[in-house]
Amino acid sequence: MAYNLKEQLNKPERFEAGHRLCAGCGAGIVCRAMMRALEPEDKAVICNATGCLEVSSFQYPYTAWHDSYIHTAFENATATASGVEAAYNVMRRRGKIKDTFKILAIGGDGGTYDIGFQSLSGALERGHDFTYFCYDNEAYMNTGTQRSSATPRFANATTTPAGVESVGKKQTQKDLTQIVVAHGAPYVAQTTLIGTLKDFHEKAHKAIYTEGPTFVNVLTPCPRGWQYPAELLPEICKMAVETCVWPLYEVENGEYHLSYMPKKKLPVEEFMKLQGRFRHCFKPGNEWTIEAAQEYVDKQWEALLAKCN
Amino acid sequence: MSIKDRLSGNEAIATAMRQINPDVFAMFPITPSTEIPQFYAQYVADGKVDTEFICVESEHSALSACAGAEAAGCRAVTATSSAGLSYMNEMLYVVASSRLPLVLAVSNRALTGPININHDYSDSMAERDSGFIQLYAENNQEAYDNYLQAHRIAEHPDVRLPLMVCEDGFITSHALENIELEEDEAVKDFVGEYHPENYLLKSENPLAVGPYGVSGYYMEARVAQAEAMKNAKRVILEVAADFEKRFGRHYEFFESYRMEDAELAIVLMGSSAGTAKVAVDELREEGVKAGLIKVRVFRPFPGEEIVEALKNCKAVAILDKSEGFSANGGPLFAETASAAINLEKRPKMIDIVYGLGGRDFTVGHAKRVFARLAKIVETGETGPIYSHMGQRDLRKEVQ
Amino acid sequence: MSKKAAEINEQIPWQELTTGCEIYEPGTSRLTMTGEWRSKIPVFHKEKCKQCLLCAPFCPDSSIPVKDGKREDFDYDHCKGCGICVTVCPFDAIEWKEVH
Repeated sequence: MAYNLKEQLNKPERFEAGHRLCAGCGAGIVCRAMMRALEPEDKAVICNATGCLEVSSFQYPYTAWHDSYIHTAFENATATASGVEAAYNVMRRRGKIKDTFKILAIGGDGGTYDIGFQSLSGALERGHDFTYFCYDNEAYMNTGTQRSSATPRFANATTTPAGVESVGKKQTQKDLTQIVVAHGAPYVAQTTLIGTLKDFHEKAHKAIYTEGPTFVNVLTPCPRGWQYPAELLPEICKMAVETCVWPLYEVENGEYHLSYMPKKKLPVEEFMKLQGRFRHCFKPGNEWTIEAAQEYVDKQWEALLAKCN
Repeated sequence: MSIKDRLSGNEAIATAMRQINPDVFAMFPITPSTEIPQFYAQYVADGKVDTEFICVESEHSALSACAGAEAAGCRAVTATSSAGLSYMNEMLYVVASSRLPLVLAVSNRALTGPININHDYSDSMAERDSGFIQLYAENNQEAYDNYLQAHRIAEHPDVRLPLMVCEDGFITSHALENIELEEDEAVKDFVGEYHPENYLLKSENPLAVGPYGVSGYYMEARVAQAEAMKNAKRVILEVAADFEKRFGRHYEFFESYRMEDAELAIVLMGSSAGTAKVAVDELREEGVKAGLIKVRVFRPFPGEEIVEALKNCKAVAILDKSEGFSANGGPLFAETASAAINLEKRPKMIDIVYGLGGRDFTVGHAKRVFARLAKIVETGETGPIYSHMGQRDLRKEVQ
Repeated sequence: MSKKAAEINEQIPWQELTTGCEIYEPGTSRLTMTGEWRSKIPVFHKEKCKQCLLCAPFCPDSSIPVKDGKREDFDYDHCKGCGICVTVCPFDAIEWKEVH
């Protein structure tokens, strides 16, 4: 079924206004789009890791969610989801519920790449029927932009600050999407917030309606942490894709498909220059950081293309 | 009709679980509780239960999965010990404050270090303030009976708190003893079905669980939880009364053994009671007015009731099978002594920490404790309030 | 106790809170007026709007209502004034003004 923005927006809103995410937070856009990817007749249970989204979307007595929602802790959204899925299976089997419920888990990169990695890996291996959405804003934003394993090399985070002896984070980020692929998950995708959100929607829908554990990694800009004016979010997402810093692709049963091939791959600095977290990279004497960042992106991109062909 | 059998404590608990047939069992193995999920896995494999049995990758995830399942509208259970319980620590508080009445079987075992697999209460005592109700058993029969009562206590609308059913690791968990089991149908009828008012998978309305609570709500939420723990005292006795009516075995907050006219008393928990009862009997033969209180319910702590039972004693020794490192005594002592604080005339009280990491506790030890109490009464001198017993020591044991 | 979120506030006693601080109804965040956070305000110029709807999905605050395939004016009770809609609009139909 072809994606039609108008039809999608005619659906009742399932992520309500009045949540307390920062103005311009990408996570709000992600949650709305995630919930639109559900068929209106299907219900959902959202299992949320501790983080910005959790403290903002369910502050007692105000929930932004129209569907059932559970937050228990930081490192265990997927373990909690495993329990909800087990409950769903047994209650269906025992005839206690008739509705279709989709089990969604959502966390930031902290709750997904790092502290929640064990429970994610465990649930992927066990093969529960759930979809995990990672809103990857590349640092621990809820506690004030500390580096995570998703933080790119050279980013200025509060625990990897730039200074006379430092050019920001020393390590490149963990490639979590491919680590999830290596678990044998039936559907894994990378997307971000661009255009009509068609790419996001189609991947989210496919993930939710593929049986088994599925994973969608969403690059989700954070205006405070990345240090850019909030209104630039669409431009930053676009540049992440056009520079191949964040390629759009999906992996179905181990087969890679590139979702978007930039007509002309832009230099990585087009992405970096929009954000204060890379400001030091543009200082005289630090040119090598941009070259090194480019080299890394090129290598990753080539490796991905080889997998997609 | 009760069925006579011979089971270990672990198999007794697994049997109770099989009879209840909970919706979800999330497991991760750890000695000495591992057998419980192993027995259960076989029940699943043999079609004796239709529980959703999931083998997760850690104890933290086991309790997290149980939290998800319980919130979703299910009866969820798990079992653990020692480091596994410590690893669950964060989630114990979450589960209790989210008021998810799941049941956790604990085969008590010492905490590291050094690493040790034998019995003491350092694991569950470290979680005494987690918000879980805690029931302790002297033997496999009590472990079984406590488990049968657990869901009804936890799920009572005035309570809605999670519950730990504790048995002594190896001593109870692995030793075969005679036991009276109840018929499957009688158990099902006693425990009943679980029908929460709201749950994640409810059709009529959604449920949101686990909010951020600003200080304008946090204290009220904690008071509500504290009141629920108080309510648990009433419900524990109500459930015990119905249990006795149906199955004939009597339970209270604690067992008073030969306490009617006791002047010297020991307060302890679990399997050590069997040993201490022998000492009480032998001393009674000699004319010593010895008695024993075996605490079954540690959370909620039945302070008033214990003090009522102890008030006519002259000297009391509280035996702690866990070291709290407070330099002022173990947790059972702290609770008991503080409960007695406002008595007009209260017995002298001492604390003895014993049996750590499976160190033997013999009738001889118990008698030495009573001898010390007799000396306290005779001299009027309490001596050291907090001491250890059973360790090799360059110093003489406190007499 | 199935109390409604609208009846729960920081003046009521603990006995009237929901058990475990659960909430039993959807989307109660609507009761929070996040529009008060705004330092700049988007103004919708209907006459310039081509109803391409690009702005609506990009609103993090669900504050661009869409009805029968058409966007309506902003939900100013909740719009935080981030300005994303201003930058995605290809037709300059959204003006971004300082709040005075």
